[in-house]
Amino acid sequence: MTQFLKERENQILTKGADSAEIACGKKSLAGSVSQRACVFCGSRVVLYPIADALHVIHGPVGCASYTWDIRGSLSSGPQLHRLSFTTDLKERDVVFGGEKKLYHSLIELIDKYQPKAAFVFSTCIIGVIGDDVEAVCRQVTREKGIDVIPVMSEGFNGTKKDGYKIANEALARLVGTNNDFKPAKYSINILGDFNLAGELWILAEYYKKLGVEIIACMTGDGRVDEIRRAHHASLNVVQCSGSIMHLAKDMKEKYKIPFMKVSYFGIEDMSEALYEVAKFFDDEEMMTKARELVTNEISKLLPALQPYRQKLEGKKAAIYVGGAFKAISLVKALRLLGMKTVVVGSQTGNAEDYKLLKELCDEGTIIVDDSNPNELSEFVKLTGANLFIGGVKERPIAHKLGLGFCDHNHERKEALAGYVGMMNFAKEVFASVTSPVWKFVREPQQFNMGAVPPDSSESQSS
Amino acid sequence: MFELNSVQKQKSTYKATQNACKLCSPLGASVAYKGFEGCVPLIHGSQGCATYIRRYLISHYKEPIDIASSNFTQDSTIFGGDENFKAAVLNIINSYKPQIVGIASTCLSETIGDDVNLFLHHFLEEYKDISTEFVIASTPSYQGSHIDGFHEAVSAVVKKFALSGPSQDHINLFTNFISTEDIRLIKEITADFGLDSILLPDYSESLDNPVWDTYHRIPEGGTSIANVERSGSAKASIEFGTILNQGNLTGRVKNKKLSRTGGKYLQNEMDVPSIEMPIPIGITQTDRFFETLKELSGNEIPEKYTKQRGRLIDSYVDAHKYTFGKRAVVYGEEDFVVAMAAFLDEIGIELALVASGGESGMLEEEVKKYCPENKDKVVVKEGFDFESIKEWSQENKPDILIGHSKGYYIARELGIPIIRVGFPVHDRIGGQRIKHLGYTGTQELFDKVVNALIEYKQTTSPVGYKYM
Repeated sequence: MTQFLKERENQILTKGADSAEIACGKKSLAGSVSQRACVFCGSRVVLYPIADALHVIHGPVGCASYTWDIRGSLSSGPQLHRLSFTTDLKERDVVFGGEKKLYHSLIELIDKYQPKAAFVFSTCIIGVIGDDVEAVCRQVTREKGIDVIPVMSEGFNGTKKDGYKIANEALARLVGTNNDFKPAKYSINILGDFNLAGELWILAEYYKKLGVEIIACMTGDGRVDEIRRAHHASLNVVQCSGSIMHLAKDMKEKYKIPFMKVSYFGIEDMSEALYEVAKFFDDEEMMTKARELVTNEISKLLPALQPYRQKLEGKKAAIYVGGAFKAISLVKALRLLGMKTVVVGSQTGNAEDYKLLKELCDEGTIIVDDSNPNELSEFVKLTGANLFIGGVKERPIAHKLGLGFCDHNHERKEALAGYVGMMNFAKEVFASVTSPVWKFVREPQQFNMGAVPPDSSESQSS
Repeated sequence: MFELNSVQKQKSTYKATQNACKLCSPLGASVAYKGFEGCVPLIHGSQGCATYIRRYLISHYKEPIDIASSNFTQDSTIFGGDENFKAAVLNIINSYKPQIVGIASTCLSETIGDDVNLFLHHFLEEYKDISTEFVIASTPSYQGSHIDGFHEAVSAVVKKFALSGPSQDHINLFTNFISTEDIRLIKEITADFGLDSILLPDYSESLDNPVWDTYHRIPEGGTSIANVERSGSAKASIEFGTILNQGNLTGRVKNKKLSRTGGKYLQNEMDVPSIEMPIPIGITQTDRFFETLKELSGNEIPEKYTKQRGRLIDSYVDAHKYTFGKRAVVYGEEDFVVAMAAFLDEIGIELALVASGGESGMLEEEVKKYCPENKDKVVVKEGFDFESIKEWSQENKPDILIGHSKGYYIARELGIPIIRVGFPVHDRIGGQRIKHLGYTGTQELFDKVVNALIEYKQTTSPVGYKYM
C-alpha cells in the first residue's frame, strides 16, 4: 500500500497478508487529516450526558460552539447538558488571565441554573496562560456548596483517550460521596452507555425483567446524585470500554466492585451480556428469566430479520468508528445479516481490541488504526464495499463514492442497542444499501432515462 | 495565583456566553481557503480544532472536507510548533499534492508565540525544490469570530498573489460568506453582463461537488492562483458587506482600526477602486448591485433580470398584508444580518431584534442606514448569544425567527416559525443550496417568509381554511 503515508504503514494491516501486529495508541501524524479529535473532545463526550450538571468550557469560543448539543444523548429529566456555556475568552483575557472571568461566569451560571454539580473544562490555552482553574473551582465550591470539578483537558495534552481518562478521574471525584443509600439485592452500574437515542432505556427494561437494579449509568441519562452512590453497586457492567475502563478499574480498587465487559449491540453480544450478569449473581431464577427474555426476543427477531438478510446476503461493509469494541460487535451483527466486513478500523482501539478483530474477521479484511479520508476512500474502492458504517465525517466520503451509509456515531437518532436496536440496524442498512438512487451514482454521465432495466441496481452491485 | 480578594473588590462585568451565536476564526479561514484552486487548509494547533471544524462544515455542506492539522503535542506547546509544522506540511504535500497550503493559526499557536512565517522560511530553506505555495492567516479564536477569519484568509491570499498592472476590463468580486448557490448565481449574473469576473473566494464547486466515481483528494473548483494574480489589475473590486473585518475585534489589547479586507488592500496598494455595498438581498440592494454592474460593463441590464425584478415586485404587492407589521428576530453574522434586515425592512416587517455574536462596534449604525422604515425602533445587539436572544424573545414575543439552524430551539419553545438562512443549516438538507441573493434569491426568501406566516395563521386557526 505504497500510496499511503509511510509513517502510517504499521497502523494498517490486511488479514492473511500481513503477519505483524497493528500499531495503535499513537499520537496522530501531523498533516494526515486524522478523523480523531483531541483531549478536550474525549473528556467532553464522556461527561456530556450528565444532565443536571453544568458544563462550562473555559477558553475562547470555538470549543464550546462546536460541542453545543451535538450528541444524541437523551435525558428523561433536566436538559442542562444540552446548553453550551463558555467563558469566551478574548485577547485581553489571554494576556491578563481568565480566572476572574471564570469565577464570575460560574457564579452567574450556578445562580441561574441551580445545577447539582459543575464541570469546568480547560481548553488548550488555559494550560499555557496558567490560570489556576483548581483554585477557582475550590473557591466556587466553598461559596455555592456544590461540587465544582476541574477537568484539565487541554487539547494538545495527549489523544482523545487521555481525555477519557481525565473525565473518568472527574467522575471518580463524585463516586463514593453518598453513603446513605441502601441498594437492592442485585444492583449494577452501567458504564460506557451514553443513552444515544434512548438506548439506556431499552437496556434498563431488560435488566428490570431480570430483577436487577441499576444504581447509576455513567453517563447516559446521568444524574449527579446517582453517580455519588454508584459505589453501592455489586457489579460494574462496562460497554464502551475505551471511554470508561479507567473508572471501572478505579472502582474495583477503591470499592472492590468487579467489572465485566459487555456489548449491547447485535443478538449474540446482547444475549451474552444478560447471561453474564445473571451468572455473576449466581441466581437460578434470574438465569431463567434471562433465558426467557432472550428466547422470547430472538424468536420474534430472527424471522423478522430474514427478509432483510435475503436482500443483503453477500454485500460488503466497511466500518470506521471511534472505539474498536463497537467495531467488533458490528462485524458480528453484519454477519447475522449475511454481510461481510471488508474494512474495519477505529480511532482509539488498543492492541487487545485489534487482536480480537483480527481473529474475528475473514481473510483479506483490511484493519486500520487512526485512519483518514484518503485511506478510507482507497480501502472502500479496493474492496468494493457496498456499505460504510461510521460517523458524520465518514458519511460524505461514502456518499460521494456511491456507498450506502449507516450512522453509528454519537449524533444518531436511531437506537441500535438491544434486540429492537438490531432490528433498527437491519432496517437502516437495508434502506441505504438497496435504495434505487445508487443506479444514478454508478453511471452519473449516462443520460439514458428509461433505458436502465428496473433491477439493474442489484446486478451491478453484487 | 487566584486571589479571591481581588475578585470581590472588582465590580463584575464578566458574563458567561450561553449558546454562542458565533464560531471561531479558523473555521471562517478554512471555508475561504476552500475557495481557491488546489488549496488544502492547515490549522496550526491541536488536532481537535481541525476535526471539530471539519465536522461542523460537513454537517452543513454534506461534502468531504479535508482540513489538515499540525497536531500539537505537549512538546510542541512548550518548545514551539516548528517540528510539527514541518511534518504536517510535508505530509500534506506528499498525500495531497496541493497548489496552495492555506495556513490558519489558532489560539494555542498564537498564545505560545509561534512565528509561522519564520517556520515557513526555515522550511523553504531546507526544501528548496518544493513548488507548493503557502498562505498564512492569523486567526486566533480570541480575536473576532469566524467571519473575521474568513476575511483574514481572503485578504491573505490576495496579498500573497495579486500583481499590480495596468487596469484591464475584468472585475473582482469579494462576495463575503455566502452560500454555494449564491456564488453560482453571482457568477451567472456577471457573465450575463459580459463581465470577466474573479471571485474571491469561489467555493461553489469545491464545497458543493457532484457525485464522484473516484475519490478526489482535493475537490475541483476554486479561484486559480493565475486569477488571483490578475486581481491586482482589475478595473474595480466589488465588496459585499459594509462591516467586513473593519470593526473592532473586541477584547483586543490594542484597538487598531486596520484595513484588512482584500478589496481595501488592492485599492490602497494597486489602485484598484473598491466599491463597497451590502450583500444584495432585497430589491433596493440588488438594484444597487445591478446598477454597479451596468456601469462597470457598459451594458444594459439584461431583460431576464428586469423580468425577475418585475415578478418580485408583483409578489411583494400580492402578499404585502401578510408581512406588514409582523415582528421578526434576525440573527447571524453581522454583514449577513444587515442584508437580511434591509430586505425585511422593504416588505413591511418590523425588525424587533437584529442580533449578532460579532462585535464590530458598527452593526447598529449599518442596520439603521439600510433600514429606513425601522431605523427609529429597531433593537440592535452585538455580542449577543442565543440565551440572550431567547430571553429577549420570551419577553417581546416576536412572530418569526430568521437565521440559521441554531436558533431552532427558540422558535420551538415560542411556538413560532423559523426561516433557515445563512450558515449553518444543520437540521435540514440543502443548506448550501439556499439562494438568498439577487432578485431570484430574494423571491425564494420572500415566498418562504410569507408562506411561513400564512401557515402559522392557518394551523393556529380554529376553523382551518383552504383559501388565503
